[in-house]
Amino acid sequence: MGGALNQLPIGLSIGAVLLLIALGLTFTFGQMGVINMAHGEFIMAGAYTAYLLQDVGFPIALPAAFLVAGLMGLALERVAIRHFYGRPLDTLLLTWGVSLVLQQAARDLFGAPNVQVVSPGWLRGSVGVLPYNRLFIMLLAALSVVAIWAYLNRSAPGRRMRAVMQNRGLAATTGIDTGRVDGLTFFIGSGLAGVAGVALTLIGPVGPTLGTYYIVDAFLVVVAGGLGQLKGAVLAAAGLGLLNSYAEFWTNASLAKVIVFVAIIGFLQFRPQGLFVLRSRALT
Amino acid sequence: MLSVEGLEAGYGTARVLFGVSLEVAPGQLMCVMGRNGVGKTTLLNTIMGVLPATAGSVTFDGRDVTRLRPHERVRLGMGYVPQGHETFPQLSVMGNLQVALEAAPHKDGGAVDEALEVFPGLKPLLKRPAGFLSGGQQQQLAMARALVARPRLLILDEPTEGIQPSIIIEIEETIERLHRAGLAMLLVEQYLDLALRLADRFVILDAGHVARSGPARELQGEDVHRLLAV
Ligand SMILES: Nc1ncnc2c1ncn2[C@@H]1O[C@H](COP(=O)(O)OP(=O)(O)OP(=O)(O)O)[C@@H](O)[C@H]1O
Ligand SMILES: [Mg+2]
Repeated sequence: MGGALNQLPIGLSIGAVLLLIALGLTFTFGQMGVINMAHGEFIMAGAYTAYLLQDVGFPIALPAAFLVAGLMGLALERVAIRHFYGRPLDTLLLTWGVSLVLQQAARDLFGAPNVQVVSPGWLRGSVGVLPYNRLFIMLLAALSVVAIWAYLNRSAPGRRMRAVMQNRGLAATTGIDTGRVDGLTFFIGSGLAGVAGVALTLIGPVGPTLGTYYIVDAFLVVVAGGLGQLKGAVLAAAGLGLLNSYAEFWTNASLAKVIVFVAIIGFLQFRPQGLFVLRSRALT
Repeated sequence: MLSVEGLEAGYGTARVLFGVSLEVAPGQLMCVMGRNGVGKTTLLNTIMGVLPATAGSVTFDGRDVTRLRPHERVRLGMGYVPQGHETFPQLSVMGNLQVALEAAPHKDGGAVDEALEVFPGLKPLLKRPAGFLSGGQQQQLAMARALVARPRLLILDEPTEGIQPSIIIEIEETIERLHRAGLAMLLVEQYLDLALRLADRFVILDAGHVARSGPARELQGEDVHRLLAV
């Protein structure tokens, strides 16, 4: 029984990581209709940033990873994705190629084998079944959600972002530089993936393909939560994280994946638009 | 103030505008008329930079803006109220006005109050999501949003289309008042009587060409009715 209880923090912390990853995806998809296959590699970039900075200190690694991954996302949007708006298939292929290139670059830079980041001392230990590192990841995700919520609802650039998401053409003729908003959205979304990467270093090793393990589940969170929806993403991430960890606990890793997929497909049968729906022209 | 010369535009390979020219002088109200599908909206979208011009030029205040992006034109003083009373549906009424203010060339918060003085009917609705408003209220919000930027030229695409009659009168009176206050306007309007009451000058489009143009008093006769008949 204690074993089953142990799965709770595991599931919730994985859900928290998925949430950080999904937030970036849902906004870039919701706003620009872009499916960014390289998003997983921004997770990996954040994780390696934490690896490089592990002697400098964890509190530095977090903002640094946000910045590194964010700038990579911004560069990708500026240099490539921008020129393929309205061509989702081309964008898909393009970002997939970028993702492979980034994985190879990581192999060249850091070697193919996984590396381990030493967690800071203050994150070792636990309260009851709740290890500090997993608790920290949940707090990190909670803090990010609050920050994103405040950004969207209480700040001028956040309001611009919502305007572009709801009606891109009208935003442009209202005087909003939509290209700039797109760049900023990509920066923030990719930065959050970097933060997720740092979180992952607390619970496992880092390798060039780190992102690919999580990106599919993160897409499932986006789909199940409803595009561009904060509330939906939170619930879907927690649900998926728990489902994953309990399915794995009671069966095995491969069967768990099957169970999760079947559950999502079943869910989408009666809720095809996800938990919450953004009624927006930009998405149709 | 606004000078459009030989403007051509279309969608993909389908051309819609075939060399349209028109002028709006400072303080003038120019009415663009024509049947459904002749290219009125296409013309306005090209003037605002939503659609690229494939030939011709748009000059605003002596400055060639043909290649500028829409938001750059807004910052120069061109205001646009697109067809179909568009809003940001999940932003509140206030949010719709705020986002326009934050994108405006000036940063004077008083502009929101001024816009609300023009449309006092919006005042009790400020916290409401714009998507919950009636069509007429959304149209008032759309115009208020454009006014927040304090444009020197206001471009309106069929502001009275599909709107309850009581609000049509209000919108018409507002256009008249703005015109008297010296605001230059480019107005697309299908109804002849409305155009006759409001306009200084007119152009009638037919199949992407200017078929007739002149001062409003010449807006009559057999051929005018033929060009506007449905
Ligand atoms: N997005 C589009 N893609 C392709 N063709 C379009 C598009 N929008 C308009 N058209 C075509 O361009 C032509 C002109 O359309 P436009 O909307 O400019 O007409 P309009 O004069 O504004 O009509 P209405 O009075 O109905 O608003 C029409 O034949 C229309 O079918
Ligand atoms: Mg039209």
